[in-house]
Amino acid sequence: MTPSTNTLERTNYLNATKGFMSWFWTIDHKRLGLMYMWSVVAAFILGGFFALKIRMTLMPGAVDFASQTAEQMNAYNNAFTVHGAVMIFLVIIPSIPAALGNFVVPMMLGAKDVAFPRLNRFSYHLWIIGALLFTGTFFIGNLDTGWTFYPPYSTGSTDNTVILATLGAFVLGFSSIFTGLNFIVTIHKMRPANMTWFRMPLFLWAIYATAVIQILATPVIGISLLLLLVEKTMSIGIFNPELGGDPVFFQHLFWFYSHPAVYIMILPGMGVMSELFATFSRKPIFGYKSIAMSSLAIALFSFIVWGHHMFLSGQSQLMSVIFSALTFSVAVPSAIKVFNWIATMYKGSVAFTTPMIYGMSIIWLFGIGGLTGLFLATLGTDVQFHDTYFVVAHFHYVMVGSALFGFIGGIYYWWPKMYGRMADNFWTKLAWFMSFIGFNLTFLPQFVGGSRGMPRRYAGYGTEAGYDSFNYWSTIGAMILAVGLTMALGTLIYSMFRGRKAPSNPWGGVTLEWQTPTPPPEHNFEIDAFPVGDPYDMNLCEYNGEEEGFLPVNPRADDPCVADVAIDPVYFEPESENAPA
Amino acid sequence: MSSTTADAHAGGHGHGHDHPKHLAHHFETLEQQYGSGKLGIWTFLLTEVLFFSALFVAYTMYRAQYPEVFQFASQYLDTNLGAINTIVLLFSSLTVAWGVRNAMLGQHKMLCINLLLTLACAGGFMGIKYVEYSHKFHEGTLWGGHVDSIFKADPADISETMKEHSHAWNGDGELVAVKDLDPVFRQRLGLFFAVYFCLTGLHGIHVLIGMILLTWLLLRAMKKEFGPDHFGAIDFGGLYWHLVDLIWIFLFPLLYLIS
Repeated sequence: MTPSTNTLERTNYLNATKGFMSWFWTIDHKRLGLMYMWSVVAAFILGGFFALKIRMTLMPGAVDFASQTAEQMNAYNNAFTVHGAVMIFLVIIPSIPAALGNFVVPMMLGAKDVAFPRLNRFSYHLWIIGALLFTGTFFIGNLDTGWTFYPPYSTGSTDNTVILATLGAFVLGFSSIFTGLNFIVTIHKMRPANMTWFRMPLFLWAIYATAVIQILATPVIGISLLLLLVEKTMSIGIFNPELGGDPVFFQHLFWFYSHPAVYIMILPGMGVMSELFATFSRKPIFGYKSIAMSSLAIALFSFIVWGHHMFLSGQSQLMSVIFSALTFSVAVPSAIKVFNWIATMYKGSVAFTTPMIYGMSIIWLFGIGGLTGLFLATLGTDVQFHDTYFVVAHFHYVMVGSALFGFIGGIYYWWPKMYGRMADNFWTKLAWFMSFIGFNLTFLPQFVGGSRGMPRRYAGYGTEAGYDSFNYWSTIGAMILAVGLTMALGTLIYSMFRGRKAPSNPWGGVTLEWQTPTPPPEHNFEIDAFPVGDPYDMNLCEYNGEEEGFLPVNPRADDPCVADVAIDPVYFEPESENAPA
Repeated sequence: MSSTTADAHAGGHGHGHDHPKHLAHHFETLEQQYGSGKLGIWTFLLTEVLFFSALFVAYTMYRAQYPEVFQFASQYLDTNLGAINTIVLLFSSLTVAWGVRNAMLGQHKMLCINLLLTLACAGGFMGIKYVEYSHKFHEGTLWGGHVDSIFKADPADISETMKEHSHAWNGDGELVAVKDLDPVFRQRLGLFFAVYFCLTGLHGIHVLIGMILLTWLLLRAMKKEFGPDHFGAIDFGGLYWHLVDLIWIFLFPLLYLIS
């Protein structure tokens, strides 16, 4: 049976206009969000291919370490550089903010679009240009600097692929800035009249905090990459010690952006988590204000800790001590969030849906990723762990384990809203299981290997180094992870065509995006204004068996989601004294 | 979006509104639209300041490390030209601000004149900048990595003609040949010019972008597109132009007035 609130057979934003240009040249935030999502998925497949290439090279016995040629080793350097650069600039940074954010933010605000729809389209086109510049490097040479582009190597003896890659990152930076700017203005100016700051869903707080980092940090990487470009093309000398310049200065500029960028990646994931835990525990989120404020605190702290990437780069010991101490401060707001999510589940009615399982597994993954970060913030231990696989494992637990799982969880959560169909319950959970097992199998051994001194970025180790078993399990894990993620993608694509038709509110969320038909009409809502109260008052909607989803307890007379539901007219009659004003 | 409007349009769609001519489909009121634009442009200007920040940090860092180099190097910059450019840009700030007022009052002709004057000032600024730049390329007072630069650590790398003709006043008021300066000192002079060209070059690019923006606004103003209920674009373009001025107000003393 088709739920009455499903508009697949009627006009919705997916079928309102047709043809390539109606998508490519659209200013509809929902379509842009979807295009971002599929573009990010394509880039992820590219980055994932290089990840597998890395793991295959490091599989003990796969490549004879002693007889590797220079070309093979260069190809390895290329693989980890492209993997890192693509995954960071093209995948994780735009993943949740640009894809899910674009789709969800205006609807959560009850608005028709973001504040600057054409700027939004421009951001997406910049993303495409940036992606083309990155892929252009494959055709002209061997990008082998690592994603950090450190001079003097990047501006010196390596080939000109660096020019294309930094240009690509520069363009992507502006894509990110304009997205952030758009969200800041949208959240400030387009909230419904009665949605005060502390009635905003926490996803909006997270996106807002992310946008603050995007507009404050990204310009700095923009100018740094521009300087790197003039250094490479015109030998300007600001970073070149042979001309009196200072290469460490580049590292400061780079990490002044790239550390906050870590929070651009993780904060939106945390925002998704807050939505998941409240909705699927059927309970108001625990500690709303502290979660909201901790997002801002993380955004603030992110700007004063960059020096912990440079403990061994020749910065003064005093600075290292200060940066180390400041770095610990980030742990506080991060922990506040985790405790609040756990407290939300306590005595809640937890539904083990696919999005929620992703959410819950992030507590494990982010717990490990976050706590191992403290090892790296500690000066004494960092000297041991610096540039080892311990670092690699740590940031993969945060960026893949938390940010990517958050992205996938978020996709599953809003998927019914996007395409009007439900993904299959069994296969999505199996895909999660494979991904979770594969991921942990890949990166847990790397903590152990790294703590025993296994250096990162080596094309091979040789059996006598004693790292074979770590590499073996890592590669096996990576293959399982690849299968799991492919399955996850498969469940989504299958459900697009064959999935059960979704009701407007399959999960029982009470934020505004669930109060419009699925998929939404072109301008999001068929009614003009919403009563906005507590975004996590779960008593506002109730499960309905025939709808196979949730329906408002006190629907408005003009609510298109329920107007033509002819199940039990008494049940749906609005109680006038409780009816929203 | 207020709930009081809901009943009037119950069941209908946003398009049922009496939409003012200049109001985009996704805004409710002109005030909301203007306020969004204003916040947007200020946020953008913030990113612009941060975009320049790295170069100001480079300036601060290298000047703190080598104050004598920066002092010595400023003799190569023409304070008069710099001062004229400062006045030109300050005047253009006046005209663009006046233009915003014209747009608010619906004075189409004065708006066009003021935009044209602003554009002329921008062109004049770039002209003077061109004279300064070409002089430096002619004299070889360039960053150390440039082929024709006279500021290279090894005198053998300096071209023969430049070597013979390049002199500078040292701290004691004596004229010395650049090739006889201390090599490290000479190299650091190159670093000063690296910072100089990056800062003024990036600023120049912003002036060019501003000129494109002003031309676009002028063309629209000539079609009488702006008026009392629709002056956002002029206002926001003007704010961008003020920022370009403001950055120069900082660059002028930092680079030209070191003594």
